Amino acid sequence: MRQGAVRALRRGVAAVVVAALVLAPWTVDDYTVALLARTLALGLVAVSVALLTGVAGLPTLGQTAPYAAGAYASAVVGSHLSDVGLVHLGVAAAAGAALAAVTVPLVVSARGVALLMITLAVGELAVTVVGRWRSVTGGTDGLAGVAASRPLWGMPLLGTDRARYLYTLVVVAVLVSVVLLVLRTRAGLLLRAGRDDEARLRASGHRAPVHVAGVHVAAGAVAGAAGSLLVVAQQFVSPADFGFDTSALLLLGVVIGGTASVGGALAGAALVVAARDWLFGVLPGQAPLVLGLAFVAAAYLLPDGGRRPAVRGRLVPAVPARRPAPDRPAPTGVRA
Amino acid sequence: MTAVAAGIRFDPYVVPALDGVAYGLLVFVAAAGLVLCFGVAGILNLAHGTLYAIGGYTAAALLDGGWPSLALALAVGVVAATASGALVAGLLTRVAARGHLTQALLTFGVALAGGSLLVGAFGPDDPPVRVPAALDGSVAVAGHRYAAYRLVFIVVAALLAGLLHVVVRRTRAGMLVRAAVDDAEMVAVLGVSPARIRVGVLAAAGALAGAAGVLGAPIIGPGPDTADAVLLLSLVVVVLGGLGSMTGTLLAALAVGQIQTLGVALAPSAAPFLLFAAMALVLAVRARGLATVRSAT
Repeated sequence: MRQGAVRALRRGVAAVVVAALVLAPWTVDDYTVALLARTLALGLVAVSVALLTGVAGLPTLGQTAPYAAGAYASAVVGSHLSDVGLVHLGVAAAAGAALAAVTVPLVVSARGVALLMITLAVGELAVTVVGRWRSVTGGTDGLAGVAASRPLWGMPLLGTDRARYLYTLVVVAVLVSVVLLVLRTRAGLLLRAGRDDEARLRASGHRAPVHVAGVHVAAGAVAGAAGSLLVVAQQFVSPADFGFDTSALLLLGVVIGGTASVGGALAGAALVVAARDWLFGVLPGQAPLVLGLAFVAAAYLLPDGGRRPAVRGRLVPAVPARRPAPDRPAPTGVRA
Repeated sequence: MTAVAAGIRFDPYVVPALDGVAYGLLVFVAAAGLVLCFGVAGILNLAHGTLYAIGGYTAAALLDGGWPSLALALAVGVVAATASGALVAGLLTRVAARGHLTQALLTFGVALAGGSLLVGAFGPDDPPVRVPAALDGSVAVAGHRYAAYRLVFIVVAALLAGLLHVVVRRTRAGMLVRAAVDDAEMVAVLGVSPARIRVGVLAAAGALAGAAGVLGAPIIGPGPDTADAVLLLSLVVVVLGGLGSMTGTLLAALAVGQIQTLGVALAPSAAPFLLFAAMALVLAVRARGLATVRSAT
């Protein structure tokens, strides 16, 4: 059938992309390899955005906050405590999750435009703090010359662009697989249920705010881990990596990739970052103008990233946004 | 001498506190437009800071130290920002049904392109702004020299805030706008197009941002970072103010003004975190901001 063909095609494309990613460091120059590593880190942030925006129906412009928290935590631990990448990753994920946990009270009651506004304010405030907290973050100059790390105890230091890229690739692959697996469990089902019809979820005895808090913290951890990868990839970190432009680029990437698709988010983010870097090369000075027009064009041309925006927070929606497909099991665990 | 001695305890903080009032009122006039957009149209206009920057650049280009140039700059800045606000509304009309992600992308695209055009036209440096010569001096306030322009700005901005309050609360236009927040369909039944209200509100928001940009140019001057900085400050006070309440936004803006000036004078080392801490504190105590939310969606 047609659906089966599409699925097979999609798998084929995914296999080709993965093969290309694995072989990339032996086929392209060092500069491109370093660029690819940075793109992978940003792609992982895009995955956390997709998790919130597409899967849970919580549009966000603020994932740069946990991303920055993870990056700086990783850089500081890297230069003072340990050179083991796994430790950096853990610390970074914890920092991202902690920042997300602190902001849970802000996001748990907001939906839609209000949520975009609050998350954008949080993200921008975080960057402001980073830019001024000179003693820890190096202020707007950033932290240069971050020491090289080794993936695990006893392994060699990541001394080349190729090694750093492969490390980034492995970590992203593992984390994305974990996210995809978790989304296939009951937790993922409940998240989608909350996005499609929060009133029904509540009616069946589930505590929607707890789900929102949970996915927010989880997405914070993923973005924090991505921050650690950014530090490994470019051995340098500065507030410029977490600006307003980054939030918007991530959102564009995620919308292009299809908001509810984790793989699509990775691909969309890669496409947008590649387009931006290419534009800055061919049109020095004019890139923001062209990029801005591209955003406007995308807003007109994209069929909403393949999915209608979630209608969350309406207690009694006038028209249900999406009727649950007949073959999809309704949220289980009716308690009341 | 005695007056100075009497005020000695508050002495070092008079000037920062006054600066805070000026700063806060400026942020309020800029943020009021964002509140209107959000409250009425449910739109997060990411180009709002760019509209302020248009006013700022106009002031830098036209002000020459005389009163006529101030009037001209105000007229040109307000008209340009109003037109830009209406343009954003026009662009949004065609994708209105697509939801907030599309709105965010579209308005961010406008902000990026507009910012790029402004930098292209006025250069990458922060241009100097000349205030009218009559206001260029300083006056005595409680034994301190204080910039005359800022004092006059405080008065003018307070008048603007009062005017805004009267328009929203007492005029037919204001009532229609408030009615559109509560029930757009009922307003349509009255024979008024909600789409037209939306264009009007975005244009009015542009006018406010443009006026703030021209008058506030000596306080938050035009430059490549202005749009982002003003958008951030506006967002913070709109969130703190309770997402949709004008009074809440005014209180939040005045508080942010004090945090940014008095806070820096009192606790320089904690200064970077004060805004963040204030936001966390307010939202922890009152999860919905300083004022009660008038839900827009």
